[in-house]
Amino acid sequence: MDNLFILLLLPVIGALVLSFAKDAKTAKMLALLIALLEFGLTLPFLYQFIPDASIQFEQQFLWIASLGLSFHIGLDGISLPLVLLTNGLMPLIVLTSFGKSFKGSFYALVSFMQFGLLLVFVALDAFSFYIGWEAALIPIYFICALWGDGDRININLKFFVYTFFGSLLMLVALVFLYNQSAEKSLEWAALASLDLDEGTQRWLFWAFFIAFAIKIPVFPFHTWQPNTYTHAPAGGTMLLAGVMLKMGVYGLIRWLMPIAPFGVMAYGQIVMVLCVIGIVYASIIAFKQKDAKRLIAYSSIAHLGLITAGVFSWNLEGLQGSIIQMVNHGLSVVGLFFIIDLIQDRTGTRLIADWGGYAAKAPRLAWLFLLLIMGAIGLPLTNGFIGEFLLLKGIFDYGVWYAVFGGLTLIFGAVYMLRFYKKAMLGPLPEGAEQSSFEDVHGYELVVLLVIGFFVLFLGVWPRAILELSEASVVNLLNQIKF
Amino acid sequence: MGAIITLSILGIILLYFGLYNAKKALLPTALIGLLVAIGFYVSQWNTVPDPIFNGMVVFDHLAISFSILCIVITGLILLLSKEYFRTMSEHIAEYYTLILFSLVGALLVNCYHNFAMLFIGIEIMSVALYILVGIRKNDLASNEASMKYFLMGAFSTGFLLFGITLMYGASGTFDLVGLRNYVNGVSAVSPLFYGGILLMLCGLCFKIGAAPFHFWTPDVYDGAPILITSFMSTVVKIACFVGFLRLFSTVLVPLDGFWTPVLLTIVVITLFTGNITALMQSSFKRMMAYSSISHAGYMLFAIVAVSVSSGSSMLVYASAYSLASVIAFGALILVKRRTGSDNFESFNGLAKRDPWLALVLSIAMFSLAGIPLTAGFMGKFMMFNQAMGAFNVTLLVLAAINAAIGVYYYLHVVVNMYFKAPAAQEEKGLEISANYKVVLTIAALLTIVLGVYPDVILSFL
Repeated sequence: MDNLFILLLLPVIGALVLSFAKDAKTAKMLALLIALLEFGLTLPFLYQFIPDASIQFEQQFLWIASLGLSFHIGLDGISLPLVLLTNGLMPLIVLTSFGKSFKGSFYALVSFMQFGLLLVFVALDAFSFYIGWEAALIPIYFICALWGDGDRININLKFFVYTFFGSLLMLVALVFLYNQSAEKSLEWAALASLDLDEGTQRWLFWAFFIAFAIKIPVFPFHTWQPNTYTHAPAGGTMLLAGVMLKMGVYGLIRWLMPIAPFGVMAYGQIVMVLCVIGIVYASIIAFKQKDAKRLIAYSSIAHLGLITAGVFSWNLEGLQGSIIQMVNHGLSVVGLFFIIDLIQDRTGTRLIADWGGYAAKAPRLAWLFLLLIMGAIGLPLTNGFIGEFLLLKGIFDYGVWYAVFGGLTLIFGAVYMLRFYKKAMLGPLPEGAEQSSFEDVHGYELVVLLVIGFFVLFLGVWPRAILELSEASVVNLLNQIKF
Repeated sequence: MGAIITLSILGIILLYFGLYNAKKALLPTALIGLLVAIGFYVSQWNTVPDPIFNGMVVFDHLAISFSILCIVITGLILLLSKEYFRTMSEHIAEYYTLILFSLVGALLVNCYHNFAMLFIGIEIMSVALYILVGIRKNDLASNEASMKYFLMGAFSTGFLLFGITLMYGASGTFDLVGLRNYVNGVSAVSPLFYGGILLMLCGLCFKIGAAPFHFWTPDVYDGAPILITSFMSTVVKIACFVGFLRLFSTVLVPLDGFWTPVLLTIVVITLFTGNITALMQSSFKRMMAYSSISHAGYMLFAIVAVSVSSGSSMLVYASAYSLASVIAFGALILVKRRTGSDNFESFNGLAKRDPWLALVLSIAMFSLAGIPLTAGFMGKFMMFNQAMGAFNVTLLVLAAINAAIGVYYYLHVVVNMYFKAPAAQEEKGLEISANYKVVLTIAALLTIVLGVYPDVILSFL
């Protein structure tokens, strides 16, 4: 069972089936089943993957004959961790929604989005990549706007139009590249070997970079993100932060770097500066947040700034760090957003000021929450440590001052995360809440947090599990593109 | 030719049906006639496309594929008309006949090989439409639309004729091959001919509603009965585009240095005018009218950057656009029947009451906006590609900006359907008859199929 096409097809079929599930209970059981099945289908790829630089499990079908476009998919060491992340998080995200009653359409959209995300990660031709890129956007837009809160209509309209505009820039670049290639093709291999002049690469760089930067988001393209994250339903936020924004980083590594190396050379420094500004800026804003979800949203901008800086440092440590940190960040934000959602369900508020002292009533939650916080701030023996270490090492090799300012994220992160934890779990209970009950995590909630907690520790102790997968591909890519 | 004769006779037969009050038989007979016409076209597919009737018409792959598209869309519109016309007038046979006559005109334009046929085709098509637009006799808007359409149409036909005359004066022929030989043969093309090109360009741009010749479109589209609007904005428009393309691809390619700047300016103005004005509309029908102007702009890419692949790009784009328009106008008929208004607000909360209708309309809107996995995206990709092949990236960026504006107003409907609460507390869904369900479902499925695998029609051209 190592057919990549089937792996892509299952979520689509799942989405079709789920859209007919009327009853909320059947819908969630069915959704969990499909997500687990999909995860099960992913495992053979992991076992059979040979950690070298080659592209494996390749499949290619002629798609639009008159344009010479084909549907080309395959896995290498850079895409495999992200496919694992997507398919691994999906059952957890479905599980986190078990406390609520969503209709089948919710899970259908989630499942369809999974298809888009996977297509982005496995596509080896830019046409399929673009289709996946957009196919992931439509469902998340509906998820956020249908089940969100607050001013969900306008917030998500901004999100949609903003990201769609970015995609169109990329589409322009792709159509241009298609006409540049000798045999009229959008294959990754053909585009990566194009010999474009410097001026062309300069604007191509911006066309791709803005599209990816909006998705990630990199400062100053982040303005849609805090509102969208905050007002999306918990599941939507997890999808956005856990998986979708990795599409942007992946796009940088897979498409931007090989296609426009001159552009990267010319403007890489500007991007580094933007990333560092983003890190410091988002961290400072995170301090002041009253809403827990907003706090994690801003911390996410800071973390992704560091990851993007790692990519642009373009060395082994930076790239390896960014890949493992993408996985780590996915795990920890899903966990953190889930915990926020749990507390919100129990107390009815997301304002950190109204929380406090829950550790006494919910010790299991307190320990698991602490573990996730440790992972998020990168304490040794948790997953965040090795990722941030590698990233900073890579950025340090690029330029000392970038590393100095980028490194602030560790300190800032530790401060606002620990303050957040202290405020939420320690100290006295909020006024009037002494008598009220605060249930500890149990059942499916405990399962989700234990699984995430396990991986936080596992990747902290044994990061080679991911690093080994990607190393050969990264080295190969670095040899291919030298600045 | 068999198809055109069949449909002409069919129109007359249907008039007699009206006379003898055989109203039940109208729709089935019309549909059977359309199927027969498609059969004629299909059987001609493998024959050698030589001009017939002294070079009057030619049934090449371009003509056949677009003719079949026109007939299919007409069939879908006729299916939607079943109850629609009955609510408007006693004499429903007229509608069928006039629509079929107009279709015959469109088919003639698709296959013309001589300016005489182009003119006759456009006139047959338009004269029937002048009546159809104003067929709601007691409705002031409909009358106004008809009047406007007639005056503007007559005016633009004047341009067209004058252009034809000048070209004839220069070359001495109406025949497309003769004209091509003239353009290729002489060392310096006569100034008369250039004047002819400009006038024909104006006339055809009037017909397709490209800016700055677009002023009639919103009022006419708005005032006409919804089904007639959908017929005009799909079948009629497609035919005019085929006529446009045929003229430029067979005759005028060598002179592209002359007309490219003119047409390019028209394209850019059309895109921006259509999109920016559509953005400000509060009526769905008017929004569709203005957006049809901007779609004309995209389709002009195939002509301004004319190449061997122009026909196939246009076929995909035209199919995507027509299918989506049929859905949009069909949905509008249903919604308007309940709320009595065609404002965006009347779509509020549609998803709760009629999830199926909201879904197909969303698919149509996404297709018009050009979002992947719908036919509209494939069309847009091919058009962008067409433009990129001939020009530099600036034009592409302008087109992309327009596509981004377009998303905004197409999404408006989706937002209203899914995220806004209905105005009145009506729990009941719309009564949707079976033929609407069938037509809209077919159109939506075709939109998806074309979006996922456009080769189903691309392999033809």
